Amino acid sequence: MFLVRILSGDTGGKVFLLVLLAVIVAVPVLNGLPADHPAYVSTYTVTLLGKYLTYALLAVAVDLVWGYLGILSLGHAAFFALGGYAMGMYLMRQIGERGVYGHPELPDFMVFLNWQELPWFWYGFDQFWFAALMVFLAPGMLAFVFGWLAFRSRVTGVYLSIITQALTYALMLAFFRNEMGFGGNNGLTDFKDILGFSLQDDATRIGLFVASGVALALGYLACRALVTSRLGRVAVAIRDTEDRTRFIGYKVEHVKLAIFTFSAMLAGLAGALYVPQVGIINPGEFAPLNSIEVVIWVAMGGRATLYGAVLGAIGVNYAKTWFTGAFPEFWLFALGGLFVLVTLLLPRGIAGLWRRREVE
Amino acid sequence: MLRILVTTLLLCLVSPSFAANIETGDATLDAAFAQLLERDFAIKAQGVDALARSGHPQTAELLSGLLEGRLRYLKKQKRLVWMEQRDDGRFAIDVFSEQDYGKFSSRKFRKLAINNAMRGQIRAHLAELELASPDADVRLAAVNQLLDNPAPGHATLFERLLADEQDPAVQEALRAGLALARLSASDPDQRRAAIAAVADSLEPAVRNGLSRLADSDPDDGVRADAAAALAKIEDRVAFYGHVETLFFGLSAGSVLVLAAIGLAITFGVMGVINMAHGELIMLGAYTTYLMQQLMPDMIGLSIVLSIPAAFLVSGLVGIMIERGVIRFLYGRPLETLLATFGISLILQQVVRSVISPQNVPVSNPEFLSGLWQINSVLALTYNRLYIFIFCLLVFAGLFFVLKYTRLGLQVRAVSQNRAMARAMGVRSARVDALTFGLGSGIAGIAGVALSQLTNVGPNLGQAYIVDSFMVVVFGGVGNLWGTLIGGLGLGIANKIMEPWAGAVLAKILVLVFIILFIQKRPRGLFPQKGRAAEG
Amino acid sequence: MGGVQELFRRDRVFDFMVPKVVDGLDLSHGTVLYMEDVSVAFDGFKAIDNLNFYVNAGELRCLIGPNGAGKTTMMDIITGKTRPDTGTCWFGARMNLLQMDEPEIAQAGIGRKFQKPTVFEHHTVFENLELSMAGPKGVWRTWRARLSTVEHERIDEVLELIGLTEHAQRTAGALSHGQKQWLEIGMLLMQNPLLLLVDEPAAGMTHQEMDRTVELLTSLAGDHSVVVVEHDMDFVRALNSRVTVLHQGSVLAEGNMDQVQSDPKVVEVYLGE
Repeated sequence: MFLVRILSGDTGGKVFLLVLLAVIVAVPVLNGLPADHPAYVSTYTVTLLGKYLTYALLAVAVDLVWGYLGILSLGHAAFFALGGYAMGMYLMRQIGERGVYGHPELPDFMVFLNWQELPWFWYGFDQFWFAALMVFLAPGMLAFVFGWLAFRSRVTGVYLSIITQALTYALMLAFFRNEMGFGGNNGLTDFKDILGFSLQDDATRIGLFVASGVALALGYLACRALVTSRLGRVAVAIRDTEDRTRFIGYKVEHVKLAIFTFSAMLAGLAGALYVPQVGIINPGEFAPLNSIEVVIWVAMGGRATLYGAVLGAIGVNYAKTWFTGAFPEFWLFALGGLFVLVTLLLPRGIAGLWRRREVE
Repeated sequence: MLRILVTTLLLCLVSPSFAANIETGDATLDAAFAQLLERDFAIKAQGVDALARSGHPQTAELLSGLLEGRLRYLKKQKRLVWMEQRDDGRFAIDVFSEQDYGKFSSRKFRKLAINNAMRGQIRAHLAELELASPDADVRLAAVNQLLDNPAPGHATLFERLLADEQDPAVQEALRAGLALARLSASDPDQRRAAIAAVADSLEPAVRNGLSRLADSDPDDGVRADAAAALAKIEDRVAFYGHVETLFFGLSAGSVLVLAAIGLAITFGVMGVINMAHGELIMLGAYTTYLMQQLMPDMIGLSIVLSIPAAFLVSGLVGIMIERGVIRFLYGRPLETLLATFGISLILQQVVRSVISPQNVPVSNPEFLSGLWQINSVLALTYNRLYIFIFCLLVFAGLFFVLKYTRLGLQVRAVSQNRAMARAMGVRSARVDALTFGLGSGIAGIAGVALSQLTNVGPNLGQAYIVDSFMVVVFGGVGNLWGTLIGGLGLGIANKIMEPWAGAVLAKILVLVFIILFIQKRPRGLFPQKGRAAEG
Repeated sequence: MGGVQELFRRDRVFDFMVPKVVDGLDLSHGTVLYMEDVSVAFDGFKAIDNLNFYVNAGELRCLIGPNGAGKTTMMDIITGKTRPDTGTCWFGARMNLLQMDEPEIAQAGIGRKFQKPTVFEHHTVFENLELSMAGPKGVWRTWRARLSTVEHERIDEVLELIGLTEHAQRTAGALSHGQKQWLEIGMLLMQNPLLLLVDEPAAGMTHQEMDRTVELLTSLAGDHSVVVVEHDMDFVRALNSRVTVLHQGSVLAEGNMDQVQSDPKVVEVYLGE
């Protein structure tokens, strides 16, 4: 009943969810085939697909604030990375004595820096539930505080975009510092296992892939539930005419803050699923370029259509994988060209090509 | 204790006396070098004194050779030689006859070992010799050298020199030295007079002397005077320290202003978010590099010519961007942001593919290197000084263009009311292209300046884009003065915080500060005025 | 210092103890809006200069004045968009508008129609009205909100009133200028405000539409207080209400249309010397 309501009129979304479901079921089955079978999917591919799914979730989070709320966030990679760091910290603590230095409590880089004890902000990360909580809380808190400051003083449009970029840039610089206690330059890596399952095992990788798929489906439905509610309509109203929305009695700042924080949490979840699959998290994830890339995925797929964001994320990243393999020199030309062409020729994205034309 | 003494004595006795057979052809020198070849550093020190007093025409040369370790003793030939390191080995050249003895293995050269105390002693002797130099700068350096190695005889020496000295700077240094020597006078009143005489000096030697008196002089009055004088001097040193920080801040700020001022035009006046601005700066820096490749022998000239060249290159690229992309996106700032970001990626990759993915070397011309020594605690580097002046010139030029030229008038008209300007016959499309070209060209000029300060590479622009936007937003969009004040202010703030926060943390703090500042004053330091700015 | 002295005043409760938004409007004095000694300057230009303006409960009031007289700025002050430099502004006897922000003022019962019709272009006409509906507008309540039958009927009623019933499912952006004007008036009605500020409702309307607007506004007066800003003198005359003339940021004349029109000061302002 609930599903029917939030998916009514969302043909693209229905198709996407069915395809996603099929992929989640089919990929593990195909991975179980013998390696010489034509339909065999290698574990490498499974992990790659899993990575795309986390990117897609990040894109959905960005589309929620950009497409439906009008906030062009150039700092969502920061929330993604914070979620990733929270998960990375848990994975570091799981290494235990198996690190290079064999210290029972301190991760290798701390031993290397001659630290004597665990910094206070690393407490609790040996517990999965705590880390899982922080995956949402860390990006959520940052988004809340930042948003509270920014929205209350009515910073909007391009200004807001620029300060979100400054935010992620400042975080990148901060995380590069060894003194911060997050592994500096090298970040967190050399993970061994998650919840007791070895990260090298095919089964664990399949599990992470499925978890990413489920998270994407649930994230999609949550966003869909949001945008089809009256709150979602208020969000679009804010996007189109912020002042008018205020004059009919909505606290615009509160609406923005709530949705922005929710979106940051989704991004954090995506980051947390990304890290165990790629096996590393470092300050490079905070780079402003990453955040802007996410925006182009969304623009490419079709702003303000959630499935478009998914489509864009997977499409662009597939192209990226292909290009960096075949013509590494040309990837930036292709990406740069994409930015220009999509904004000039496809303002409504790929989804806009077959979407019912509304108002010109 | 006794045992050590005995051992030393014994060692002296048994030490081989081959030391005596250096042949220089001058008895005084022979004796001096005989002492220098001894093992005991006290005797060696006497040898240095003897050498310095020898009156030999090559004394200064020998002393500095000794100091640098180039002066060696060739055992077999019993000759003093210069050891010369060439590509195919070490060669010996006679000190006096300049005869080349050919190649030797390094074991054949006997080193005339010296210790740190002797180094100071040699420097002091060299300085005394240099005091007679006709060049005032050499004399000044020599006096300062003496000040760093105080000796009892200096007072009379300085007095004698002062009588003949004409150069004011050397005179001042001599006076300080004299007073410094008198700080050790036996009469407390003389010491107090000396303290009063040096109270204006900033020489480190004077400060050392005063702090010695302040700590350990037997006379209470002298101690108090010394402490007071010292405190005053420390205040001035601290003051000059602040001046230096301010200067560093201004030069760092100038870089920010240079990087941001083009943006102040394209973003501030036209309202176009140009994320490729950093890459236009980068193009300017690469233009400098290419100009230097074209005229490798005339670095200075190439820098000067790079300024118009970079303006043209970046300006033209800017106009191409405006005509090709941005003009289709007016009124859609977020889309403009994305499209220009794409352009920035393309420009970076162009440079990587065409020139090199690595950083390229850009050399600094003569007139940009060196120091301007204002006093002994404050020295300003020329390149930073020129950057500051350059920044002000660019600002003034731009200000002039916008305020007093026809193009400037049209730019302001279009930015205030496009429709009205068009109705008045201003060709707004042309004005847009030219304005964008102007802002881009200035980015190119900024690139020339940056090429003298940082590494020139494909990522040069990225490092400045966030900063540039911060400066423009902080200063107030559409306000050139705001950009100037904002940029310089942020530069100074950065440098003030650096000593206790570290460079990276200082930068983070500045970013956080701006983020908070924009919350408080969303329109920047100097907001655009009037109701037109609303909404 | 002034702040400290304020604390020792015996006739008043401490400021911070007075609730900002008071339930129910205190109309015991028969006045819905008080603006006293209000001044506001933009970069030295006095947009509002020592303005005193009162609106009685249930009154229909017209506000006229040449361009730049401060009409829109005055509405901005009442609705919380602009803060005056000096002066006081009360809604009823107990709500200090200067301490409330736009949504609080809107929720307290002041509705505003803009000079240029602003509707939510990407929403349908129906959704536009739904969003404007009076009721709780907090984030959580909005997220949980489901349209009840009563609310649905109320929207249908307003749709009927503004003549957009058959356009209910069209996106607002596709409406004509006049239809948008009506939609915005409809949104104002959905808010069910006690005080309506209507900025140039007749612009872009045909004569028939204007007549209907006059009818609607007059029918609203009584239950609601209505302030209409208008340039069209025929429209103002048709409203047949008390008129306030604003000039250079303060009240130049007040009275019925005939009185005002014969006032030499007003004639001078409108026709020049």
